[in-house]
Amino acid sequence: MKGVQVLGKLTGVIFAALLLSVGYGGSVSAQLLMNGAGATFPYPIYSKWFDEYTKVDPSVRFNYQSIGSGGGIRQIRERTVDFGASDGPMTDEQLKQAPGELFHIPTVLGAVVATYNLSGDPRLRFAPDLLADIFLGKITKWNDPRIAEVNPGVALPNQPIIVVHRSDGSGTTYIWTDYLSKVSKEWEQKVGRGTSVNWPVGLGGKGNEGVSGQVKSMPGAIGYVELAYAIKNNLPAPMVRNHAGKFVQPSIQSTTAAAAGAAKNMPSDFRVSLTNPPGDDAYPIASFTWLLVYKDQADAAKGRAMVKFLWWAIHDGQKYMSDLLYAPLPSQVAKEIEGKIRQITYQGKPLLAAR
Amino acid sequence: MVREGGAAEGLSLLHLARSTRKTGRWGDRLFRLLIRAAALALLGIVLGLVIVMIRAALPSIRAFGWSFLFTSKWDPVAEHFGALPLIYGTIVSAVLALLIAVPLGIGAAVYLSEVAPSWIRPPISFLVELLAAVPSVVYGLWGVFVLAPWLRTQVQPALGSTLGFLPLFQGPPYGVGMLAAGIILAIMVVPFIIAVSREVLLAVPNAQREAALALGATRWETTRLAVLRYARSGLTGAVLLGLGRALGETMAVTMVIGNRPEISASLFAPGYTMASMIANEFAEATSDLYLSALIEVGLLLFVVTVVVNALARLLVWSVGGTVKAVRE
Repeated sequence: MKGVQVLGKLTGVIFAALLLSVGYGGSVSAQLLMNGAGATFPYPIYSKWFDEYTKVDPSVRFNYQSIGSGGGIRQIRERTVDFGASDGPMTDEQLKQAPGELFHIPTVLGAVVATYNLSGDPRLRFAPDLLADIFLGKITKWNDPRIAEVNPGVALPNQPIIVVHRSDGSGTTYIWTDYLSKVSKEWEQKVGRGTSVNWPVGLGGKGNEGVSGQVKSMPGAIGYVELAYAIKNNLPAPMVRNHAGKFVQPSIQSTTAAAAGAAKNMPSDFRVSLTNPPGDDAYPIASFTWLLVYKDQADAAKGRAMVKFLWWAIHDGQKYMSDLLYAPLPSQVAKEIEGKIRQITYQGKPLLAAR
Repeated sequence: MVREGGAAEGLSLLHLARSTRKTGRWGDRLFRLLIRAAALALLGIVLGLVIVMIRAALPSIRAFGWSFLFTSKWDPVAEHFGALPLIYGTIVSAVLALLIAVPLGIGAAVYLSEVAPSWIRPPISFLVELLAAVPSVVYGLWGVFVLAPWLRTQVQPALGSTLGFLPLFQGPPYGVGMLAAGIILAIMVVPFIIAVSREVLLAVPNAQREAALALGATRWETTRLAVLRYARSGLTGAVLLGLGRALGETMAVTMVIGNRPEISASLFAPGYTMASMIANEFAEATSDLYLSALIEVGLLLFVVTVVVNALARLLVWSVGGTVKAVRE
């Protein structure tokens, strides 16, 4: 009896506190709080967006936790957040486990570049199979004839190659291994693609800074980092031969070109890998990063805010990209995403119909 | 008037005393309840932790069974997980750390409590506490930028050319690897061992020392027979505290160990620890089985910590027992 009374009192107190907090929040401003969680790779641009968007629409506030793609997928699946974010597309099985249909909305593009440490800083070029075989541990010396073949005139040292990869699970690793899986059958069978994989050789460094730190301190080392990180830190970013057979310098433009190249065969759910796309100017190691939202929104006000924000992000939001060294979406892809955003509904009624 | 007032005052004091005695009785009871709750809460937290981890690890336990403990393949893509290299890496790096840190730490503590002139004690003790307060990521950075390059260019080539016939010191010198992890851990653990050991040694009654000296013991004999032996269990506690930190340390180790889930006899080779694996892969673990496997690693870390601590205590007890037996 006593227990029940105490419980009753406690519930009362909590209820009162809740009422108070709701009343308080409401009286100060009628702000709508949108909660999101997921990928770390786009976190800088997302926080810039959320900040800028508050100026466009002061009635909405975003709270984004960059807990990683895995956490983002889990939380949107359990509906503990209003939107998720992931660097890798969800698998069919993961989509099936979700309580409703989930949309993948591409937001920005990222690219991954190789980085290496050789005395004299020669400007190297890589063919796709070379990168795969180096990371498989099949090419072990820098003066291997196959490396020399695509780098005529470069003096290559007789030095062992030390492979450095990311030790933490990351979207960067996903893009890198996705690319290697596409260009090498052996890689696909032995290792495969994922945010973490079972590396055949090499050392693990934590984060972009861990990889580049180890590469810098070990002569003969080769690793991979995000394009933005390489540009900011003036790391040598070698050209890679793309699907069209052209050697392409990694850059923001060539990353956007990769998405443009893939635009023709874009599947309607955008769960597409952009690595090794067609196109003469396309840098082959690039990828979308996605926001995950339910097709049918659970809350009318939040749903409306969500679609408005998405619309803004793929149009006006794209101009904040270059400052933060992300690649903007090509216009033909943005057009296709518009159609997707129009399909987002609340109780079956499209939320963007007013436009 | 005055006397009356005094009487009233006396009466009210008596009341006060009675009432405090009453609340005192209640206070005692309340106090006893509170501390009991504190102790039970601790038990509850540990129990809750174990239950939650076991439940979350169940899918992985069902999928892999005992092979989780005895296989070495960690493949998130194929969803095949074996934690043996992680267990190996955790124990080897911690043992390596203690091999370096225990003689250093206890030696320094003996110096501080037995030998050092009194003016030098406060600055050294202060430095020790300062070391203990440095965040582990700072040790990690130092490990990446100073220790690892130094190991790679100086120490490992020298060890390889002199002791290279031992499998312990073979293979290419990367700098990062098991040796770097052991050294970093030793540096992180030493301040704890020094600080606790010093307190333990200072608590040894002076009569112990005086008695030994009076019997004609040298300073070394006094320290060994009268002080260290007396303080044995306290010193064990200091070492176990260090061991606990070494087993669970994550950030600094991740930065210098090379993060390769492989068992190698060489200390130059990269390794992996359980704590590092969890910290590295937890955030991006997308599938349920993968996440469950990582939680099972956490459970294992818990078990390994308990087992290693228990073994260490058993070891000390058994040694203590034989000493007594010999004496008798």
